[in-house]
Amino acid sequence: MAGGVIAVIIRIIGGGAVLVALLAFSFSTVLAVALHGDGLGTLGSYDWQAVRFTIWQALASTGLSVGIAVPVARALARQDFKGRSLLITLLGAPFILPVIVGVLGLLAVFGRAGWISQGLDLFGLDRLSIYGPAGVILAHVFFNLPLATRFILQGWASIPPDRFRVADSLGAQPWTQFQLIEWPMLRAMLPGTFLLIFLLCLTSFAVALAIGGGPRGTTIELAIYQSFRLDFDLGKASSLALIQFVICGTVAALAILIPLPRNDGHGLGLIHTRQDVQSNRIIDFGFISITAAFLILPLASIVIRGAIHLPELPNAVFAAAWTSLWIALISTSLCIGMALSLALSFARTGQTTQKLVEVVGILGLATSPLVVGTGLFLMIFPFAHPMSLAVPVTAMVNAMMALPFALRVLFPAIRDTYVDYIRLRESLMMSSGTWLWKVILPRLSKPLGFAAGLAAALSMGDLGVIALFADPDLQTLPLMLYRLMGAYRMDQAAAVAVVLVAQSLALFWIFDRGGRRHATS
Amino acid sequence: MLHLNQVEFTQGSFSLVANFKIQTGAKVAVIGPSGEGKSTLLHGIAGFLKPTRGNIRWAGEPMPNHPGLRPISLLFQDHNLFPHLTVFNNVAIGLNPRLRLSAPQKKQVSLALQKVGLQDRNESYPSDLSGGQRGRIGLARVLLRQRPLLLLDEPFAALGPALKDEMLEALDNVLSSNSATALMVTHDPQDALIFADQAILVADGYASAPQPIQEFFDDPPRALKAYLGNRT
Repeated sequence: MAGGVIAVIIRIIGGGAVLVALLAFSFSTVLAVALHGDGLGTLGSYDWQAVRFTIWQALASTGLSVGIAVPVARALARQDFKGRSLLITLLGAPFILPVIVGVLGLLAVFGRAGWISQGLDLFGLDRLSIYGPAGVILAHVFFNLPLATRFILQGWASIPPDRFRVADSLGAQPWTQFQLIEWPMLRAMLPGTFLLIFLLCLTSFAVALAIGGGPRGTTIELAIYQSFRLDFDLGKASSLALIQFVICGTVAALAILIPLPRNDGHGLGLIHTRQDVQSNRIIDFGFISITAAFLILPLASIVIRGAIHLPELPNAVFAAAWTSLWIALISTSLCIGMALSLALSFARTGQTTQKLVEVVGILGLATSPLVVGTGLFLMIFPFAHPMSLAVPVTAMVNAMMALPFALRVLFPAIRDTYVDYIRLRESLMMSSGTWLWKVILPRLSKPLGFAAGLAAALSMGDLGVIALFADPDLQTLPLMLYRLMGAYRMDQAAAVAVVLVAQSLALFWIFDRGGRRHATS
Repeated sequence: MLHLNQVEFTQGSFSLVANFKIQTGAKVAVIGPSGEGKSTLLHGIAGFLKPTRGNIRWAGEPMPNHPGLRPISLLFQDHNLFPHLTVFNNVAIGLNPRLRLSAPQKKQVSLALQKVGLQDRNESYPSDLSGGQRGRIGLARVLLRQRPLLLLDEPFAALGPALKDEMLEALDNVLSSNSATALMVTHDPQDALIFADQAILVADGYASAPQPIQEFFDDPPRALKAYLGNRT
């Protein structure tokens, strides 16, 4: 048994070391930022406007995303149609879609030269312009409405079908059924969903970079980037970074009290056979088709345009694709390594440690890559040229950004394995090595593949800290896409977008499929 | 009398045909291997599935379309109760789903709770109660609704033997005070023998006509023999 005790100690020390390193990493960057800041007094009205806009746009984006997701999820929960499961799968896509590609697609539909504007132009009406606040909110809804829909649909699918039957047989009318069955579910689901999406909207730098800007459409993160890259005012960048940290930290603290939704995709296939299915067909399919069009049209337009212009791809695309791939692979290994050691060490210990790990995950969610980036820049600056460390820094920060999602996939899987099989292990006197290699890891194969796929795709699409650190010679695919968009070379941008999406999806698919292939159940 | 007239229910590639009559006041056990359509039969009679062929009549009249308008009370194994409603409201909802009750109606609810011995748990929530107590709340609601046809989908499958017997007895009281007709899906031949006077076999896409229960078990149909093995 002594060997077992030592193994446990080693694992806890290992997990603890990762935990301490992560906390040290986050807090040292924040500390660097705090020490270097010029204080709040130096911030001008432009900066305070950015603070207001950040919170306001996140509230509006989250409200719209969640508000529309409720009727869409309700429609999907009760209507059966061809392509239903395909649409539900598609709802998972924006999460791993590179943000900059989504924005490019939205511009193709809603932008000044987009389809809708061309239609309006035909009728002599003004063209749309979505740069600024409207674009930021539109893009946030594009990315988060599908996510919210999947969360809430899972809530609906978790309602036992017999409950609707009981209500029907008691003669409860639709509104009464809503109050009786659906509202209690929503009341439990909505706060966590709202909070998670609010956090994502607070820290989505790439959206603001690509489509925001101007005095009314600048977020704090964009303001950090501007003071960094345009004014090279590190003091101001630090002050802004500190404000961003305080806002996100406050919201993250709330997340400790409110359980965040779990998105494991279970039960999404369940369709409720209810009495009100027929009478709501028209309105339900209205919601479903508008959502599907809102998702599919921007993507389709990019794919078509990009495919046509693929021959015009700049030569530099190969180098950029290579750099992106390397960063993604390094950051995936880092992320999975950290997630595994945390989850293996803490998955079966007491409530407090589990809460601690959860907090670390939420901390990762609330950490803005721009804040960490600014802090790292300040820490590296005295010793080396930060630009020369762009690749390792980006890989590390990307790994941290993906960690909460990887943890949320791995943690429950490991905990379930322990709960289900620990007694069997003890009765067979299985050694901890056998247990790890023959039970835990094989059973983890599917979630592990999925988590690695997520981490790889998220890193592939990242346009955060790399924008801060990259010198003109260093390109990743998202950065290249952003630069092409800035130069209004939209055809080439679309072609690069196709390469980027193909590479992200391929990486995700390879990891996810690899995990599934080795899974037995 | 409940009359299933050449009825067919279809769910995807699965279909179930039923053509039989059940006399008013009969207590019928519905028996058969799992996945062969016992619940489909009950859901069809209750109105959750529309028949693709044939029709269902009660007392000579066609059944209304909406499940809530049918002369039926339902009891499932789980999920009969709404977890966020009190015991009192879970019973009261049987009289008025919007829970707006007149004073005499409230009295009726209390009376029903009293009959199942739960009068002092009015303000409790289902999660505070034992499995047997939860079952009795369901029965109190059935009692209150006074519907002449009762459909039970393995309502006591999760209970231990003593509790089950207690519930079967309570159910018997409810049935005789309502003089209701009842169909109960069950896995357990023992339960069927205690509760029912007739039995229906559901297997191979077909629900057979009810047979006296003793006959049914003394000379079981082939599909039932395979299902029961040596346990008769």
